[in-house]
Amino acid sequence: MAAVTVPGSRQATGVGALARKEALWFYVLISPWIAGFILFSGGPTIASAYLSLTHNDPVNWPPTWVGLLNYDVMFRDRLFWKSLQVTTYYTVLSVPLSVGFATFLALILNEKLPGMAAWRTIYYLPSIVTGVPVALMWNWIFQPQFGLVNGLLYDLGVPSSMLPKWLSDPPWAVPTFVIMSLWQFGGPMLIYLASIQGVPTQLYESAQLDGASKLRQIWHITLPSISPVIFFNGILAIISSFQVFTNAFVITQGGPNYATYFMVFMIYQNAFTYISNMGYADALAWVLFIIMLAFTAMAFRLQRHWVFYEAVVR
Amino acid sequence: MTVVVSSTEKNPVVPTARSLGQGLPFFQRRTVREGIWIGALTALVTFGSFLLLFPVYFMIVTSLKTQGASFLLPMKWLPGIQYVPQWENYGEALRFMKWQTAYTNTMVVAVLSMAGDVVSAVLVAYGFARFRAPGKNLLFGLVLSTLMVPQIVRLVPEYLGFSRLGMSNTFWPLILPAWFGSAYNIFLLRQFFTTIPIEMDQSAQIDGAGPMRVLWDVLLPQIRPALAVVLIGSFTYNWNDFFRPLIYINSPSLRTAALSLSAFQAVYGGTPFHLLMAASLVNIIPLVVLFFTLQRYFIQGIVVTGVKG
Repeated sequence: MAAVTVPGSRQATGVGALARKEALWFYVLISPWIAGFILFSGGPTIASAYLSLTHNDPVNWPPTWVGLLNYDVMFRDRLFWKSLQVTTYYTVLSVPLSVGFATFLALILNEKLPGMAAWRTIYYLPSIVTGVPVALMWNWIFQPQFGLVNGLLYDLGVPSSMLPKWLSDPPWAVPTFVIMSLWQFGGPMLIYLASIQGVPTQLYESAQLDGASKLRQIWHITLPSISPVIFFNGILAIISSFQVFTNAFVITQGGPNYATYFMVFMIYQNAFTYISNMGYADALAWVLFIIMLAFTAMAFRLQRHWVFYEAVVR
Repeated sequence: MTVVVSSTEKNPVVPTARSLGQGLPFFQRRTVREGIWIGALTALVTFGSFLLLFPVYFMIVTSLKTQGASFLLPMKWLPGIQYVPQWENYGEALRFMKWQTAYTNTMVVAVLSMAGDVVSAVLVAYGFARFRAPGKNLLFGLVLSTLMVPQIVRLVPEYLGFSRLGMSNTFWPLILPAWFGSAYNIFLLRQFFTTIPIEMDQSAQIDGAGPMRVLWDVLLPQIRPALAVVLIGSFTYNWNDFFRPLIYINSPSLRTAALSLSAFQAVYGGTPFHLLMAASLVNIIPLVVLFFTLQRYFIQGIVVTGVKG
């Protein structure tokens, strides 16, 4: 859209020269990104596809071509299947919950309550801190004997034999990770809030005249109107749910009994902790990438059942 | 009976007898119903915020206990009343994680990355927002598609590259990529640039300004909020980042704060939750202060990149 020069016929030589100059400026300005794409994003992505077909460890340089051997090993590696199961279980559980939770809170914080700006700030607050301090906090909160959660449950009269062991109990470990992830809903919540406020008020007015209740208005007006935004953020949630690492590293180290052996953690271990085959780590990373794309594609297929796009007259 | 349209209604609808519920029992009348609704929601929101902030309160409570007291049941909740607050925990925790080194390293990495992030993203976004060239749309699609590729996929080749160049266990791998434009920042700044009318560029051009002068004199002054968004985003990212320092940094003297924190327990031994909570709170506080002072930039960044899709 943004045109610096007047778009016109190329027969006039002056315009052609201007267009060339403009194109030259474009490429000069974006050259840092082009270099970065080659060095740090596109280049390494392709290189890792190649390296996944090699054997490559710190001792044996340069990498030697092994064809599909790494993939063959992977599909017979029980830890790979375990890791895949842990990761997809987490995705399937956490994505709908986090999207639903953020939407629910956005709807509530959209109501005109006294002091709403302050409430929104408070609800966003947990989302500004991530990483190690938060992981350490959860580790302490879910500590089976002396942590906050079990301490409170015990005070409420739950007998200690009934208390879940949370992160030290394999069946509870992934659900606990999901609970931890639900604490940070601030980003999507604010985005939904902004798009809720962009819904034309006439829609609500006519619904009110028809006597539609609040819940019906939400169901038939608000949610359909913001469904494209929910969908877009759902995709982002899928992508990030495949990349859990810090909590698995800091809190559980993949345990207990591989119950939190997330894919990225497995890749990290294979690439950096043992003197091991980095080609195998690359193969794992590419499989993770492809699975993530498959989930995204699935979400795109499902969207026509619930995402509502306004007919745009162009 | 006077008709009271609730002040909570932004765009009051012309009230009808039906919508106000006249003739119905009082608890079904609109004003009363709304009062109940607002009261219930306020209670829910208040309860929710307590629930949300309680983990942090628990951190504070723990950070002020002795190690022994942090493992006592039933729990004590009120420092200063139920127990003597151990403020010296903070000093001990910070000394133990060598906080001067850790935070100096974090600041060096964060500040140099911030500079790179903002300079490179401004130039690239300006190119995409204002110049026409063959292949531009394709390239912009490529920018956005890199957001889809998980960092882990590119990591091994990147690591091999840096270590072949002798740059592992230095700050270079943590800083250098920021100078080549992150897709997220490019997208964000491009969105901001396109909201500025092109006529402003054109009138400067008529006055003889070249592209860099247009950027510097016309556009940058108008996107200051967006620059703040990029700077804050970059700072918080680098402050919190754990994965890349973990992979590239080995020497204790080069550890960033996040790395020192994660190494804390292993080095200290045992389960010093009181110290871990103190050190974690110290790590969190600068971000909280930054958030409260620059709140609107935080929020703008999120909303601009998230709504458009």
